Amino acid sequence: MPLPADTDASTPKYLRDKYAIVGVGETVYTRGSGRTTRAMGSEAVRNAMADAGLKPGDVDGMLSYQGVDSTFGPMIAGDCAMRLNFYMDVFGGGSSTEALIGIAIGVMEAGLCKCVAIFRSMNGFSQVRIGGTGARSAAPVSGDMLHTRAYGWQSAGQSFAPTFMRYMHDYGTTPEQVAMVKVIHSEHASNNPKAYYKKRMTVDDVVNSRMICKPLHLLDCCVETDNATCIIVTRAEHAKDLRHTPALIRGVVGRCNKPRMDMHYQAGPISRVAGWYAKDILWPNSGVGPEDIDVTGAYDAFTFTTMLQLEDYGFCGRGEGGDYVSSGIMRLGNKRPNNTSGGHLCEGYTHGMNMVIENVRQLRHDIDDSCPIGPDGKRQHTYDYKEGGCRQVKNVEVTANLGWAMPGTGSAMVMRRG
Amino acid sequence: MALQGTHLGMGLDVNDLDTENLEYFKYCAAHDFHLQQCEDCNLIRYPPNTGCPWCASPRARWTRVEGKGAVHSYGEVHHAIQPAFKTHTPYMILLVDLDTQKGQPNADEAIRVAGNLALPDGTLAPADLVKTVGIGTRLRMVFTDVAPGLSLPQWAIDEAAQQPAKPWRYPQE
Repeated sequence: MPLPADTDASTPKYLRDKYAIVGVGETVYTRGSGRTTRAMGSEAVRNAMADAGLKPGDVDGMLSYQGVDSTFGPMIAGDCAMRLNFYMDVFGGGSSTEALIGIAIGVMEAGLCKCVAIFRSMNGFSQVRIGGTGARSAAPVSGDMLHTRAYGWQSAGQSFAPTFMRYMHDYGTTPEQVAMVKVIHSEHASNNPKAYYKKRMTVDDVVNSRMICKPLHLLDCCVETDNATCIIVTRAEHAKDLRHTPALIRGVVGRCNKPRMDMHYQAGPISRVAGWYAKDILWPNSGVGPEDIDVTGAYDAFTFTTMLQLEDYGFCGRGEGGDYVSSGIMRLGNKRPNNTSGGHLCEGYTHGMNMVIENVRQLRHDIDDSCPIGPDGKRQHTYDYKEGGCRQVKNVEVTANLGWAMPGTGSAMVMRRG
Repeated sequence: MALQGTHLGMGLDVNDLDTENLEYFKYCAAHDFHLQQCEDCNLIRYPPNTGCPWCASPRARWTRVEGKGAVHSYGEVHHAIQPAFKTHTPYMILLVDLDTQKGQPNADEAIRVAGNLALPDGTLAPADLVKTVGIGTRLRMVFTDVAPGLSLPQWAIDEAAQQPAKPWRYPQE
């Protein structure tokens, strides 16, 4: 694959392609798992090991992220017969996946361990609801939270709404343009047997769904689901003994921020998101730019988060996000599909890990759609993207994941086919 | 001394160690809005914290700040999450650019103070008033008295100010 000439990077270029994602696994995406996060997490880790062709003794590192809503790594490792040389459970939601991949590379580079399983396990519908309803919404409000939650400014949608609204004001973006993110992701989900919501939606469906918090209709918001996901990262040179074509990690940027994270709205323009800063690490470190990317995974906690990130990472010009997402460019079969699984809006909510898993499978040229399986045991992809059809993108070589925590914080990663 | 109160049925508290918030709410309780001003670079900041976000100085004095400004952006909640707000929809989450220090330390910056759209007495504004407010609307600060010693800053339409002909609102009403 031809790559553009190297540009100056702010971290050593020798890490490019040195590490790879060699295994991915997940549970079903459901509402009402009827299981603990421990049971789901260990299933996802076992599935990822089986996918990679690794045995428990081959994995000696574990990372996870959570918000006091999951099971710690050592419990999962025990249930998977692993002895760990390194583990860490961090506090975090969206954008943690790419950041933890960066940490995994760092600890392996430092010699702490040699193969890291990263998991996220959550009952985001049946236990700690990601939309913020339930027990968390009725908690007392203390200290610094008096400047936000006391005003009914608490859930993710409420917290981000002023960013989205100001963007529409500044650039004349319409609700119909933004709704196209949901429309396109729902088309992709209709070709994903795993997706929680498989029904194709129209712009009218989105803008006529009930208002949650302006500018967010119900269908501008992601689904809440129960599920666990896992990816396994190791040195690329180990991948040759494993089952799949590795997804080589070109470059990562982790939890990059705007100024004033105590209240990022003090740093204008407020419609600018962390990607505007993160791009200056991502592209030089990866040695590629937006034009080189075949498939994007721009985090869709809301329709708006996909749009704002694609714009600030440079996939379109300032203020052109509405044109970009409504142009059809993100559709399967077109130039640069986004979230081919249906993402958080449709497949299920994992705080970002399922979007990395999807791009790993795209890079293997072995996406798990409904295409027939041939005599060699591999799917015979038709590249017919009609409802219920194929979702493999032809000849994918380079992907980008753009992870979102909030307007002020994001992570990203570029991978290429090994 | 710690502060405690109940706002719309929702418990609010500031503990004994949180001296910055205790000081901030002491002024709010007197309906006399004050913010920290850096003693080294002189920039005023919000919300209260323990150091200057521009120069890192821990030295600050409390200074009186005029509670006037214009809506920079907003969210309008139609489906409340917190039980306290279920009977108050639609309500507005406002970010208001204060006139004080607008455009400093650079053109994109302002002191942006949060609050709900309220009536002059500090109660939440009714739906018909919410529909009249958007980006650009001129507002003045009022207070919701929660408990003795604890009041929340809020925003009311500034009847004395010249209002924009048509404040910007989300296209769907």
